[in-house]
Amino acid sequence: MKHRFSRFAALSLAVVLGASALTGCAAQPSDAATSGSYSIINVSYDPTRELYAAYNEAFKAHWESEHDSTVEITQSHGGSGKQALEVANGNPADVVTLALEYDVKAVEDAGLIEPGWVDEFPLDSSPYTSTIVFLVRKGNPKNILDWGDLVREDVGIITPNPKTSGGARWNYLAAWAWAQGEYNNDEAKVTEYIKQLYKNVLVLDSGARGATTSFVENGQGDVLLAWENEAFLSLQEYPDDYEIVTPSISILAQPSVAIVDSVVDQNGTREVATEYLNYLYSDEAQRIAGDNFYRPSNETILAEYADTFDLNINLVTINDFGGWDEAFAKHFADGALFDQIYEE
Amino acid sequence: MKKKVRIIPGFGLSMGVTLALLSLIVLIPLASLVVFTAKMSPSEIWEVITRKRVLASFEVSVLTAFIASAVNAVMGVILAWVLVRYDFPFKRLLDGMIELPFALPTAVAGISLTSLYADTGLMGRLFSKFGIKVAYTRLGIIVALIFIGIPFVVRSVQPVLEKLDPLYEEAAGMLGASRTRIFWKVILPELRPAIFTGFGLAFGRCLGEYGSVVFIAGNHPYETEITPLIIMSELQEYDYSSATAIALVMLAAAFLILFLVNLIQIHNSRILKGGH
Amino acid sequence: MAKKDAQVSSREGTISIHEETRGARAVKYLLIGVSVLFLFVMLVLPLVTVIIESFKKGFGQYLNAVTDADTISATLLTLEATVIAVAINTVFGLFAAWAVTKFHFKGKKVLVTLIDLPVTVSPIIAGLIYVLTFGRQSAVYPFLSAHHLEVVYAVPGIILATVFVTFPFISREILPVLEAQGTDEEEAAAMMGASGLTIFRRITLPHIKWALLYGIVLCAARAMGEFGAVSVLSGHLRGKTVTLPLQVEILFGDNKFMQAFAVSSILVVLAVVILIIRSIVEYVGKEK
Repeated sequence: MKHRFSRFAALSLAVVLGASALTGCAAQPSDAATSGSYSIINVSYDPTRELYAAYNEAFKAHWESEHDSTVEITQSHGGSGKQALEVANGNPADVVTLALEYDVKAVEDAGLIEPGWVDEFPLDSSPYTSTIVFLVRKGNPKNILDWGDLVREDVGIITPNPKTSGGARWNYLAAWAWAQGEYNNDEAKVTEYIKQLYKNVLVLDSGARGATTSFVENGQGDVLLAWENEAFLSLQEYPDDYEIVTPSISILAQPSVAIVDSVVDQNGTREVATEYLNYLYSDEAQRIAGDNFYRPSNETILAEYADTFDLNINLVTINDFGGWDEAFAKHFADGALFDQIYEE
Repeated sequence: MKKKVRIIPGFGLSMGVTLALLSLIVLIPLASLVVFTAKMSPSEIWEVITRKRVLASFEVSVLTAFIASAVNAVMGVILAWVLVRYDFPFKRLLDGMIELPFALPTAVAGISLTSLYADTGLMGRLFSKFGIKVAYTRLGIIVALIFIGIPFVVRSVQPVLEKLDPLYEEAAGMLGASRTRIFWKVILPELRPAIFTGFGLAFGRCLGEYGSVVFIAGNHPYETEITPLIIMSELQEYDYSSATAIALVMLAAAFLILFLVNLIQIHNSRILKGGH
Repeated sequence: MAKKDAQVSSREGTISIHEETRGARAVKYLLIGVSVLFLFVMLVLPLVTVIIESFKKGFGQYLNAVTDADTISATLLTLEATVIAVAINTVFGLFAAWAVTKFHFKGKKVLVTLIDLPVTVSPIIAGLIYVLTFGRQSAVYPFLSAHHLEVVYAVPGIILATVFVTFPFISREILPVLEAQGTDEEEAAAMMGASGLTIFRRITLPHIKWALLYGIVLCAARAMGEFGAVSVLSGHLRGKTVTLPLQVEILFGDNKFMQAFAVSSILVVLAVVILIIRSIVEYVGKEK
């Protein structure tokens, strides 16, 4: 019996060790600063895929022309909130380029980014901005011109769920901002308007790209509340099927970028990561942003794109809502306004 | 059946390997769910899992999973019957196809089912003629779950049906029982445990399904929002404890369903052995 | 074996008795019709949609999509995860089935239930538990991090998740067969002094051959297609932690629908190949 037991013990130990060795072998430490080649990870959100595909090429050329080392950039895209959560849980991102400050703040709260990151790069660390517009079917058959039209009974709306999609919070807040002006800050009427608006939502996708798919590929709804750059991309792909309507008022969506301090310090990639984000403000990168339908934050270069963007749109900012923490607590937290409009 | 001495060697070894791997891969990770939830007080946990929206999602998940599994139970018996008792061209092909839902990533299944059942899609157009909307309703969720659950009942009924002693049927037939009577009175009772096993597994799997459902559901709170989606949205809000609390409820449900299934299976294996 | 043959032939006897009536034949065709229709609508149509969409822009585009560098690395990662998952689960399945069916002990029902549990655990939860266990929030993270062991958002996490979701697949297939076979033969052999390994090789293995093969097939098919749990654990690092199902998700996100379906078709083809291999092996084996 004793003999048998020791054999069993040895074997089970071997299995456990084998399994952990397996895990060990497959893990590759990512500090590559040794051989003059850097490798950094940029964790970003969904609609920046095309932007960073182009920017990474440009940055690689820029870096390698000025340094003796090469640089590889690995991209990761997904819903902004989910991406922030993954970084907070250990996804080894050197830089994060997310949809909203609130999500970067979540990484800060996990202790990975040092406080004060907002001022680390120019213009509140947002090198490009965007806004929320309406994408409607060609000829605008339902004659949707402004936020007020969205609550008409014959209008079907597609927008993602603000609880699962960071971008969709901008949509919600833009609608809120319009209603505030329309109803002279009468909160009950504003809430009623938002309630009506979400009653007209046909598909509440979990992410921005899912919403685009429902509207474009599956033909659902009359209007898609979309990031301006997403709307332009759909237009580029199907110029005969859609058009963009710019509402009278919208929100200045400021995506935020930040260095993940604890990761760059561990990997020795602080220099390259800093340059990576700094170069986003260069003329070259600003034009890449413009070409990908993001509004360059450099005013001079933004003016070059006056034909593309409606520069006269009246834009509110998140500060008009008292900042993200306040906006989140009031609108999107569990049991807050967004939950309430669905009750009964 | 009671054994006093273990004659066959290898108990320690096989038990050791089984428990070691089970702990490493299943038990320890699942325990961390309990540990995280335990950071909340029972009343906090209760508050989270009885939120209106969470309760509504339980209703949606349980209802759709139940209907889908019920459909699969009926279709599963028919399919198993056809595959075991009849010969026809391409039977092997049909048999081989049953597992395909396992291999297709659930997201792909969701996306292709949505494009089929949206009112612009091939099947959707058909249904919309009768004024029925499939995609973006609970019906859509059921369609996705039927797809996911196809293999379970077929594969649990099939072996029992193969081993079922035809002597009973023959005897009943000779005694003048009609074919339908034979099926209901002789065959079905024998299959019942296997059907419940398959149903239970499919039900458990459907309750937790996420990838295919989010594309076709429309995700309206209170209407077509499933529980796994709620867990996802809690995670997006960095609310780990709410997410783990709800996850724990689902885990308990999964365990309960399986435990019942395994109780039923004991009966099942007696049939497979050929004895009664 | 002889007993089984007798059963088969007597079953054919039953069928021929049944087929004498015309009503029976009508029922037969009705049931076959219902089955074929059901499988066609619920199973074939979605798969056909995948194939049609992937060739929408022509064969050249299809080829470009499936030979893309990211797609190839995703294919390799998927195969790696699948092979490891099958290996671990085969070892586990054999030992577990042996332990459960050849011996009597307390808590057997609970053990079997625990083994089966991963089938009904939501993929989201499966991913979540590994994040909780090995992620930054866990107690072991400082240790892992100090030794440069990356589990979550790295390949090991993906493999663990794949093993988890397919955990019971092989043991579940072997269990009923071993249960049905009983323990008499093994006991006799053991009393004659055969070692455990010999008993397993000479007596048990021949019995469970087909069940084992079937379990491996199922396990491999399911491992390749796993999406939810892997998605939670992967981090979506392009070219590094992206499996085929995730690559499909990414391509959809990029609005590259045709490419997404093309990559899905790789999975459909792999699954069909596995199922065909199984049929052939089964056929050859049973001929012998």
